[in-house]
Amino acid sequence: MPPFQSLLDDHAADVMAVLRGAVGRGDAEDCFQETFLAALRAYPKLDDDRNLRGWLLTIAHRKAIDHHRANGRRPLPVAAAEEMAGVTAEPKLDEGIWALVGGLPPKQRAAVALRYACDLPHAEIAAALGCSPAAARRSLHEGMKRLRKELA
Amino acid sequence: MRAELKRLADRAAAEGLLDVAYANVDSPFGPLLLATTSRGLVKVSLPSYDPGETLEDLAARISPRVLEAPARLDEARRQLDLYFEGRLREFDLPLDWRLSAGFRRRALRAIDRIPYGRTRSYAEIARSAGNERAVRAAGTACGSNPLPIVVPCHRVLRSGGALGGYGGGLPMKEALLRMESVEIP
Repeated sequence: MPPFQSLLDDHAADVMAVLRGAVGRGDAEDCFQETFLAALRAYPKLDDDRNLRGWLLTIAHRKAIDHHRANGRRPLPVAAAEEMAGVTAEPKLDEGIWALVGGLPPKQRAAVALRYACDLPHAEIAAALGCSPAAARRSLHEGMKRLRKELA
Repeated sequence: MRAELKRLADRAAAEGLLDVAYANVDSPFGPLLLATTSRGLVKVSLPSYDPGETLEDLAARISPRVLEAPARLDEARRQLDLYFEGRLREFDLPLDWRLSAGFRRRALRAIDRIPYGRTRSYAEIARSAGNERAVRAAGTACGSNPLPIVVPCHRVLRSGGALGGYGGGLPMKEALLRMESVEIP
């Protein structure tokens, strides 16, 4: 793994920009701290350094959701979720499907976004979500099941 | 952003998530990279080495949780500044020896005891480290010293007084010895 400082040098500004969009200027700094502390916590266990930017933006996404939940506000607006997922990679699903992804419960939504927008393997989704790989797989499975049902 | 990054380093340290803190500092010989763990100073990288490679090496050998956190190296920087000004003869810093092991570590411990302005031969260091025939290995130990200047491998010369080698280049070794008023033949 590269020294963690290089992740800050390369991506801190983007993470801050995404968080400002998601939670507003005032709260972005706290979410920024939470994002990078969570990333530091998980970093030694990461085993794939090919999409560190996607990994960081995913954690930022999750912290933004946590933030909205903690404040008892409505969940992250779909547009913001799409914007964040779209930052990392070309969405492999089309726009209409992203709207449906935005309607999933937070954990399923994050798992689906991590898997299909950021192309992360289960172990890293688990690291990003702070759960076991089995639980990550379950969230992903549940999310996909629900999407299929809504598309059918 | 600067304030945010400083706050992050502080919080990471408080939560035990800052395994290696580093700083780039100036010296009369060019930029040095200093790194510390919670145990103490773990690396002094001389200007002849690429800082990016040094950081990658620290990430691989200690932990990838490597952050630039200059405040954590203030005391080491202060003592190095004084040393370069000729106002400090003995470093008083906690050291983390984890980047050396076995015979090399014993050799470096012996080097660490060489007083300011004195020199030893590679053979003497080999003997102090417990194997008087391992003269060449004593030279290798000097070459692999993770803490040059602080652990003064520049004070180790060939038997007979020739300079031998130095990771920072022989001109730097010679300058350090002259600063310490060592006669160089």
